[in-house]
This record gives sequence, structure tokens and C-alpha cells, in this order.
Amino acid sequence: MFMRTSAVVALAATTLVACSSPASETPTSEAESDGTLVVYSGRSEELVAPLITQFEDATGITVEVRYAGSTELAALLLEEGDATPADVFFSQDAGALGAVSKEGAFVTLPESVTGAVDAGFTSQDGTWVGVTGRARVVVYDAEELTADELPTSIHDLTDPRWSGQVGIAPTNSSFQAFVTALRVLEGEDAARAWLEAMVANDVQIYPKNTPIRDAVNAGEIDLGLINHYYWYRLTAEIGAENSRAQLSFLEAGDAGSIVNVTGAGLLAPAASDADALEFIEYLISDEGQQYFVDNTFEYPLAGDVESPTGLPGLGSLTNPELDLSDLDSLADTTALLAEVGLL
Amino acid sequence: MLRSATHTEDAEYTFGSHRATRRPVSHYVLALGALFAAALAAIPLVYLLVRVSAANPTVVSELVARGRTLELLFNTVGLVVSVAAASLVIGVTIAWLVTRSDLAGRRAWLVISSLPLAIPSYVAAFGWVATTPLRGFWGAWLVLTVCNIPLVTLPTVAALRQSNSGAEDVARTLGKSRIAAFMAATWPQVRPAALAGTLLVSLYVLSDFGAVALMRFDAFTWAIHTAYSSLFDRTLAATLSVLLAVLGIALVYAERRARGAHTRFGSTVTTRTPVVPTPLGRGAILAHTGLASIAVLSLGVPLATLVRYLGLRVEGAIAVTAADLAADLGATVMLAGAGAAIALTLSFPIGLFAARVGGALARLAESVSYLGLALPGIVVGLALVFFSLAVVPALYQTGLMLAFAYGILFLPKALGAVRSSIEQVEPGLEDVGRTLGETQWGVWRRVTARIAWPGIGAGALLVALTAMKELPATLLLRPTGTDTLATSLWRLTEASAYSAAAPYAVLLIVAATIPTLLLTREAMAHTAPRKGARL
Repeated sequence: MFMRTSAVVALAATTLVACSSPASETPTSEAESDGTLVVYSGRSEELVAPLITQFEDATGITVEVRYAGSTELAALLLEEGDATPADVFFSQDAGALGAVSKEGAFVTLPESVTGAVDAGFTSQDGTWVGVTGRARVVVYDAEELTADELPTSIHDLTDPRWSGQVGIAPTNSSFQAFVTALRVLEGEDAARAWLEAMVANDVQIYPKNTPIRDAVNAGEIDLGLINHYYWYRLTAEIGAENSRAQLSFLEAGDAGSIVNVTGAGLLAPAASDADALEFIEYLISDEGQQYFVDNTFEYPLAGDVESPTGLPGLGSLTNPELDLSDLDSLADTTALLAEVGLL
Repeated sequence: MLRSATHTEDAEYTFGSHRATRRPVSHYVLALGALFAAALAAIPLVYLLVRVSAANPTVVSELVARGRTLELLFNTVGLVVSVAAASLVIGVTIAWLVTRSDLAGRRAWLVISSLPLAIPSYVAAFGWVATTPLRGFWGAWLVLTVCNIPLVTLPTVAALRQSNSGAEDVARTLGKSRIAAFMAATWPQVRPAALAGTLLVSLYVLSDFGAVALMRFDAFTWAIHTAYSSLFDRTLAATLSVLLAVLGIALVYAERRARGAHTRFGSTVTTRTPVVPTPLGRGAILAHTGLASIAVLSLGVPLATLVRYLGLRVEGAIAVTAADLAADLGATVMLAGAGAAIALTLSFPIGLFAARVGGALARLAESVSYLGLALPGIVVGLALVFFSLAVVPALYQTGLMLAFAYGILFLPKALGAVRSSIEQVEPGLEDVGRTLGETQWGVWRRVTARIAWPGIGAGALLVALTAMKELPATLLLRPTGTDTLATSLWRLTEASAYSAAAPYAVLLIVAATIPTLLLTREAMAHTAPRKGARL
């Protein structure tokens, strides 16, 4: 029996090894192109796969993509260290990029890449580059509210007027980035007071952005705090004029109107991999940026590509008092959220 | 007659003493095999100890000593104990109803009660979160309990079917109440099986992330994930994981103490009087209602949610083709099958060593092999990333390494089955084999393995079934570009494409139903020993 089991294992092993790809070789020579590259993508396959195909068609380079959550991929990259098969890390948020950068796993990108994106939307030390921007917005029920009734600051939301009418997603990383910004801009005590007042005002809890948007669109709640592109995804399906949920922005400088970024970095073992650099350059090229505008409705961060229709200019949302790299104290944010009972 | 497993050792030296010089050699080889398998199972622990020891000791001791750790400990232990207790009581009750009572449709009820095994706990939790306001401790308790009851029910059914019901009848005629008679005469016979099942439930609850995350219950696993993902603090994650491993080992020892020696009333070889079903009378209505309620909670809620999303076709939504589904199904089945084969290969020397030789070394090997189930998938996944890159870089991100991860993660499920199946083989049969001139290995292969085979097969099915549903380690270790049903389900729910995700969830449940049904059949057919043993 034992022998037979071993035979089965050996057979399974051979089959599995034969049909799976081994870890890729680390490029050794200078600025060489071997026509292939491995990307770890924290952005979802649905969003990124067509862009990858577009890049492959344009350059003839074959791309292997490993999809998982940005934070899991960051943990994986830290574990792999120099042995990583990955050449590029394309992340959903700045926090995961910061964590990988802090461990020295990225190489500094050339000035031509990092200079393409305005300061405030990319890394300060040039180890990763911002690719797209995602603004925090308020969606509101346009059948219940007119434009002049809308809140202009997150502090309006603690008014009894909005009791039980505001939706948030405390487990969502963009929401947590907003709370971090609030802590940085107004201090710990003010952030805690705001969160406690929101809880006291019967704030409605949702698992993520989409259900908040849908609840507003269904008239279940009046207001929701989400990222701007969730509204664009909805209106792309049903048309802006048919959407009950409409988009509004809080006043510039408010923690509730910050812009988070997605970004990409070049991993140390791929320092001289020309294909990998070409991929990052493609992400911030006009074609790449246009792809995101058309398909993910995010803000372009580089070049002359126009933002999705109806969005206020990125410049008007820039907060001079806030640096994205200040948003790495997520630990304190999650502790605070747990303390006030939102996590 | 009461016989414990240690009886074997005495028997070894009363039979076939002319081979006495060879016997220790085979035991020695077996011990080496068992220790080697246990060493592989200890990879995650070694990894964690490396991580923790590389960190600043003051930092580590501060992490352990802070109030938050105590709070996590309290929450996690509370959840484990309450889920385990509920699963034990309900699981044994269901097992008794379907084997010993005159309940109508017993076989159908057993199948229905076992089906929750096919539903991943994260799918069940999603169903509850999507349709009810239930969250927190009670949400996690409910979902984990109803998903895990079959882990107690199935082994208890098998044990009840091979236990001797005569003693309970005698106890009844002596004036004991039904429950008192069961506790006095039958419970000692099924206790090892029921407690082994409860141990699997406890370890599962200890390491589960999906359900506690969806229910937002502050357990150890959630804190470990937060440490990796929000804080990128690997020292904190490793420290918490070591504490989790200690809890897991404590559970293994607690179960071993509670289980006691393997008890058999009467010979298992002679034919037994057929069981006379206990009439339930008006209790039958209560039994039907109870079983139906559990079915609604465990199957009804998640399946209704899935059906709702299946029917919800949003315009412009992601299309799912049959080819996509088939490719994922193929990868899932192949990886889970290879994982089961590896778990079985690792469990065989440990199980044989524990059942036939015993001693402190065997207990150590056995305890260590339970570690995989006590640790969250992300920890075992990262441990194997570390191990694979350091020792066998050529196998990194191959299907084989993922199957190996499944083998380590779910080794306890195979081991429990292997050990108890071997313990049920009458040691006298092996002695007879030896006196007929067969070698020790020959006896184990031709007698023990053949008799124990159905139980061992059930263990392999259980591993395959669990591996199909595994997500965190799969995401980390799978070959780049390979999707399983679970990873596709994750990918689509992450993108909030619930209607596209639903077919993957349904297919995963259907695929997992097949081993579940085989397990049910195995439990019902259980009579030991099998006649298939030829000498």
C-alpha cells in the first residue's frame, strides 16, 4: 500500500512540475532584454489583464502576472527577498509600496520616470512611481437632496440631520487612508472625536465601497463615503442620468477629499531588466494612462491625458499640508478604529 | 474485556520470538520515517522560531506581554471552546439519531447533516453577512459551528456502528436512564472518535481567517493578518503565530488526556447482535425539527445567497465561460488530490508508529504534525515560501510545492484516520501473520493496511475536500497564472463581481460534495474489521 501511494505521489509530482512554470531566472547582464517579465499585481485581473495584453502587443514582450491582494504580495515580496521571481510590483495602494521600499527591495527609478508625476502623487525617494489617482468623494441620493444641502466637510456629517444616513466601510484600505489623513491633519484627539461622533450618529457600516454606492442608489441611505471611480463604474453601466446616486466633493483641504494613488516599483534583482523598466514606463505613458481613464475612471497622473469627464482637476484636490508618505501609520489608524468599535 | 493499544507491545514478544532480532530494526526504521515526516510538518514552526529569534527579544517580550495579546487570547479561546463544545454535543446527538434511533430517513439525514463539509466557511459567512445583521462573536460562533459539526458526526457514526450496543441494553435493563446508559456503556466506545473530530474542529477554529474576518470578530488570525497587511510587521505576525501554535499543541494534549486509552468492549471479530433501534416516540418531531433547523442554518442560508447572485445578471458584468470553470476545476482537483496523497504519505509512518509502537517519541511526532492545522494558511504559505527558496528553489511556485503545503496543512485530518483505523485492527491478526512466516513489513502491508484501508481512504478524502476550499496558502504558493476555483472566487468577489463569482462557488461546492458523499457512505458502511484481509 505504502509503495503504491509513493508511486501516486511521484506521478502527481512529475505531472505538476511538468505543467507548472518554474521560478524565473534573475537577469544578470546590464540593461538586457530577454523578452519576458514577471509582474506581481495587487490590482485585479479584471482591470489589468487587457492593459497587459495591450502592452504585449505593442512591445512583443511576454508578461507573466501573479494576481493577489497588494498587501499579501508585499508580504510575499518581503519573504522572497532577493530570490523573488518578480520584476515589477504593481500595487493598489501606496502603503504596500512603502512597506516594500522600506525594506530596500526596490531600486531607484530613473529621473525620466519619477519626474513624470507631480510630487505628492509619487514616492519622495524615487523608489516607486504613482500611476493613477483615486479621490475620496461623497455619493448622495439626488432624489432626496439638492446640491445646496450637501455637506462640505466631513465635520458636517456628525450633525443629527445625517443620523443613520451615512455609509462607511471601516475595513476598506481607502477609508483607513482617509482616517490616517484626518489624524495627520487634525491630530489624534480630533480624529477620535470625529469617529466617536459618527458612531453616536448611527453611522451605517458596509463591507466595501460598492455596497455603499448601491445603498445610496437604492435610496436606503442619503450619503456614502467612497472612492470616486465606483460611481463611474455604476454610471458606465446604467448612464449618469439614470443614476439616483450622484457625486460630490468636499472642500479642498478636507481629509475627506484626499487623493490616494496606485503605483509601481522595480524590484532589486530586476535592476538591469530593460523589459521591466519598459513596462513601468508604459504604465505612465499616454497609452497606459488613457487606458486607466477609459476603463477604471481613475485620475491620470502623468502626461497630457485628460481626466474622466466631470471630475474636478487633480490640482484642486492637492493638499499642500499632506504628504502621501505621511500615511504609513496605518497601525495607529486600525487601533483607533478598533478602539471606537468600528473594526 | 478491556484492551488498550499498548497490549501490542507485550504481544510482540510472546509470538515469533525467533525473529526478535529483526523486529527492533523495523521499529527503528518506522521511528525514523515518523520523525522525518514530523520534521517536514514542523517547517512552519521552525520558520516562525527563526523569525522570532531574529527579532529584538525586548520587542518580542513586550508584544507578548501587552494587554492586546491577552484580549486576543481570551477571544480566540472563547470561540474555540464554544464552537468545539457545541459541535461535540450536536455532532454526537446527530450521530446517535442516525445510527441508534428509529428516526425516519436516517440515511438521508446523515447525508444532509454532512453536506456542510462541502461549503467553505468563507462562503457560509458571506451568505450570513449578505442576508442578516449577525456579526461578531455570535456570528463567528454560528457559522463555524454549523460548518464543522460533520467533523464530529462522521467519525462518531462510524464508531457507533462498530461499537457494541449490548452493554447499553444491559445498562437499560439495570434501570439506568437512556442518557445514563449511553454515557456508561456507549460513550466510552465512541469517545476517541468523537474527541478526535472535536480536536479537528478546535484546530480549524483556531486557524480560520475567512469567517472571523467577515464576521469582524477580533481573533488571533485576524490580528496576524492585520500584522502582515496593515502594519507590515513580520515580527508581530510571527510572535502571534507562535502563540497560536502553542495553543494548538495545548489542544492536542488536552484531547489526548480526555481521550484516554482506546477502549473496546468485546471482540471486534465475532458477529454482534443487530442493533435494535431506540424508539423516539414523540421525540421524533423534535429530532426532525432540530435536524431541519441545522440544515437551514448550514446549507439554506449560504445556498440561497448563491442562488440570488446566480440570478442577478448585471449588464456589462464579467462573463464566465464553461472553459474557465473547467480549467479551474481541473487544477483544483489535481492539486487537492496531490495534496491528499502527500498528506497520506506523511501520515502513514506517524500513524503506524503511534498505533503500533507508541511511547514519548511517537506522541511527540504526532503532536508536531498537528501544527499545520493550528496555523493560518498565510503563515504556512509564507513558511513554505521561505523553505522552498532556501532548500528547493527549483520547486518554488510549482504545483508540487502547493500540494506539499496542503499535505502539511491538513496532515492531522489524514493522521487521525490512519491512526484510528490501524488501532482498530486486532493486533492478534498481525501476530498470526508473523507466525505464518510473514515479515513485519509484509504483515503491515498485507494485513494491517488492507483492513485499515477504508478508514485511511476516508482520511485522504477529507484532506482533498479541505484542500479544494483552501485560499490563503493557495494565493501565495500557486504557480503564476494558475487559478483554482477558490482563487477565482476570491478574485471576482474582490472585484465585487458577485454574479460572476457565484458559478465558481457553486462548482466548488458541487466538486466538494462528491468526497463528502463518499465519506458519508464510508461512515455508514463502517464495520470493523473488513473481511478483505487475506492471510
